[in-house]
Amino acid sequence: MDYGFTTAAYVVAAILFILSLGGLSGQESAKRAIWYGIVGMALAVLATLFGPGAGNWFLSLIMIAIGGGVGWVVAKRVQMTEMPQLVAAMHSLVGLAAVFVGFNAQIEMARVLRLKAEGLAYEFQGFAAVLADKSPAEIAMLKIEVFLGVFIGAVTFTGSVVAFGKLAGKVDGKPKKLPGGHMLNAGALILALILGLLYFTGVGPGMFWLILVAALAFFIGYHLIMGIGGADMPVVVSMLNSYSGWAAAMIGFTLSNDLLIVTGALVGSSGAILSYIMCKAMNRNFVSVILGGFGGQTGPAAEIEGEQIPIDADGVAAALNDADSVIIVPGYGMAVAQAQGAVSELTRKLRAAGKEVRFAIHPVAGRLPGHMNVLLAEARVPYDIVMEMDEINEDFPSTDVAIVIGSNDIVNPAAEEDPNSPIAGMPVLEVWKAKQVFVSKRGQGTGYSGIENPLFYKENTRMFYGDAKDSVNKLLPLLE
Amino acid sequence: MKIGALKEGFAGEARVAITPSSATHLRKLGHEAFVESGAGAAAGFSDDDYRAAGVGVEPDAAALIGAVDIVAKVRPPSESEIGQMREGQTLISFLYPAQNADLLDKARQQGITAIAMDMVPRISRAQKMDALSSMANIAGYRSVIEAANNFGRFFTGQVTAAGKVPPAKVLIVGAGVAGLAAIGTATSLGARVYAFDVRPEVAEQIESMGAEFVYLDFEEQTRDGAETGGYAAPSSPEFREAQLKKFRELAPDMDVVITTALIPGRDAPVLWTRDMVEAMKPGSVIVDLAAEKGGNCELTVADERIVTENGVVIIGYTDFASRMATQSSELYGNNIRHFMTDLTPGKDGVVVHNMEDDVIRGATVVHDHDITYPPPKPKVAAIAVQKPKEKKKELTPEERRATEVAAFKAETRSQVTLLAGGAILLLLIGLVAPASFMSHFIVFVLACFVGFRVIWNVAHSLHTPLMAITNAISSIIILGALLQIGSGSAWVLILATLAVLMASVNIVGGFLVTRRMLAMFQKS
Repeated sequence: MDYGFTTAAYVVAAILFILSLGGLSGQESAKRAIWYGIVGMALAVLATLFGPGAGNWFLSLIMIAIGGGVGWVVAKRVQMTEMPQLVAAMHSLVGLAAVFVGFNAQIEMARVLRLKAEGLAYEFQGFAAVLADKSPAEIAMLKIEVFLGVFIGAVTFTGSVVAFGKLAGKVDGKPKKLPGGHMLNAGALILALILGLLYFTGVGPGMFWLILVAALAFFIGYHLIMGIGGADMPVVVSMLNSYSGWAAAMIGFTLSNDLLIVTGALVGSSGAILSYIMCKAMNRNFVSVILGGFGGQTGPAAEIEGEQIPIDADGVAAALNDADSVIIVPGYGMAVAQAQGAVSELTRKLRAAGKEVRFAIHPVAGRLPGHMNVLLAEARVPYDIVMEMDEINEDFPSTDVAIVIGSNDIVNPAAEEDPNSPIAGMPVLEVWKAKQVFVSKRGQGTGYSGIENPLFYKENTRMFYGDAKDSVNKLLPLLE
Repeated sequence: MKIGALKEGFAGEARVAITPSSATHLRKLGHEAFVESGAGAAAGFSDDDYRAAGVGVEPDAAALIGAVDIVAKVRPPSESEIGQMREGQTLISFLYPAQNADLLDKARQQGITAIAMDMVPRISRAQKMDALSSMANIAGYRSVIEAANNFGRFFTGQVTAAGKVPPAKVLIVGAGVAGLAAIGTATSLGARVYAFDVRPEVAEQIESMGAEFVYLDFEEQTRDGAETGGYAAPSSPEFREAQLKKFRELAPDMDVVITTALIPGRDAPVLWTRDMVEAMKPGSVIVDLAAEKGGNCELTVADERIVTENGVVIIGYTDFASRMATQSSELYGNNIRHFMTDLTPGKDGVVVHNMEDDVIRGATVVHDHDITYPPPKPKVAAIAVQKPKEKKKELTPEERRATEVAAFKAETRSQVTLLAGGAILLLLIGLVAPASFMSHFIVFVLACFVGFRVIWNVAHSLHTPLMAITNAISSIIILGALLQIGSGSAWVLILATLAVLMASVNIVGGFLVTRRMLAMFQKS
């Protein structure tokens, strides 16, 4: 097969990838869209494998088979609540692969240049043949691309590994920084740029500089993500998603492969938009999330009056039996307690009794964009009663009962009422406007941000203390 | 404890304080329920109904009072009724303690605990026992029904073969519980409803019920309903003038006027004056829910339906709730049993009269040989202090046009700046970069562009599948590794092999997990 055919296959694959992402605009079309992605990928891999420039296809096939097998097992076994850490782990693989491919490019380039300098009429094969055709200007450009690809890939790798650790609970979720804080990151970045310059100008051993750059980038990725707390993970994971795309695009430049460039750009922009949406949902800007921690308080927080009034399962059940419309607001606490099955059963019973039950999902609920939707879907809650914040927020005043399960900051009225609150201006779900609010919560503590939540002290709020799953299970037999 | 309802002695009063269904709930609290024979007859509950619900029926008032610990009533008790009560008994009924000082004194002397259902504080927790609200709700509903009964036309507008019927125009003055109930009833009959209230914060509630709020162009800082516990307060003379002027404007247009304006502890304010009645069309109806307190309409005669010289019907009944005795007894009975729930925290039939509790404290007017009225201010405010709402400024067409043009210009400016900046950057790169790079670069920029467009359309609920699938396709980096695996040294071979391995884990894992997730999304 010649080069033209491979390129044609790439064009088809690129279109399929675009259709595949575009299909995610609706639940039904998404089920078709995934096949576009699979076919596109298969086409791209086969065309490359049997196209010009590839060699060792037997070894490649074995590796693909082994890797595919591992991926199959992991994907089959993973629990839906573990989705955030799985996504993070997968990002790290892309990052590391980008680093390796970048290294290879440098090794090959050095070899080709050396052989060319010796003036030997050498017949290059595969990738080396592509390199051998390059002009000096193109070689210079190539070096920049290799540098960027390796750097971004390395940051993605360690960043994702740390994010994985935090999401899986293997690393403490609290923000942690080495002494020196962000100055360390800035220093490492400057050093990496200097090394990059050395590498670019060809002073000293190129490969050595490149490895040092990778090491510095590894450190930056690690330290940056260590400094970010658990609840900001939706932003971090989507940012890493974006990075893995940009790394692929850079490698695409290095290899002069348009499909890599297109796909990398698609993934990169996808992650960037997700990060943007998450930041907007928290009313914070991207830089402040990445630099970690909440901004300084601008004044004393408003005093909270009243007390938290507890209620038992009987009381909640009585109110639910009386209610006509119910909105459930799930948060990360529901995922931690694995309560989605119980919540789904509750929903089923209430709906069977002719009540209107809906879910209100805040964009940053959970640890991954859309995390709650997936958990509820797993528990067989129909997606057409799961609403976005903008769709449902104005319905709270006409709702009889709002149930908050394991969420805190996303239902905090201080964001609207108290201009001095650290989360002032963040869009929140206005549950307190419902006639009655029940909050299922383990204890009296504050949320991730450490901010007191005046919702718990409101006149129409009752605290339903206990593990979310147990609490909901206790309700079930009490419903008519 | 034993709790019993007396037959109401007041002429025309048809309600009863305990119904068969509320008695069932009282039994669940560990209480025994009794009624005087014939107590529920006027409300549609026979003695047999009560017996069937396990309620004891006593032949007369004396026997009932003798048999029970708690006496429940609707209207305040008569001299003789309270005279028959003994020390330690509890009385629950409407008492109007501000007007009935003698009654309180008598109860104090006899050692009776008196609970006034009209004194239940207006806090969210006590809504279920707020008898004033439940009765006002019925009165509001009934007032519209009475008006419709006396009005010679449809409420709803219709286009029929015989001709077009315009909808009736209904003005509701005072949007308390009764007013809101009246709005709801009148809109569901199809009328065009206008409503007015001195408390600006109720505008939202009025509009939510489907009526139009009558705005008053008045600059005074109107007092907030929060400090008076959600009730209206008297307004300044200037405000009153502006209000009357507005009503005068509206009077000739309105077919039905329902007034519900009451200020606690005062005579009803006169809001619908003689000249307004004269300005109305013949056949129009005025229902005055404040008739008992003197009436909001100057011409109202309490307990009567009168027709003015120009043919306007004015209804001044004071017994709207009693006119729907079955419904109002059900609700009042529920109010009482909810109060008993609070009085019986253990659900074991033992009454704990906790004077620390805001609701119980507020409603108790005589306790332990002591008059406990008026109660201290409750610990929690009835409703939150309303922030003065920014009045939305109506923009003139020119202003709106101007802001649109300004927004358009700003958008154009930012887009042009971005485009120009991007173009310059591209040109600069083009100056130094080789041609082969630029051709790839164009692909890159276009792909970013397509990516941004496509991803914006992705449903929020599919963001997790989106991440998983982008994860899988970002493993396209496998192509790089595949291209390198066949060229060069051992190092290259090892690194490329590893990269192929990792990327393929991702490809299969990413697609598979996305498929698993998407398969879970189901429509109901």
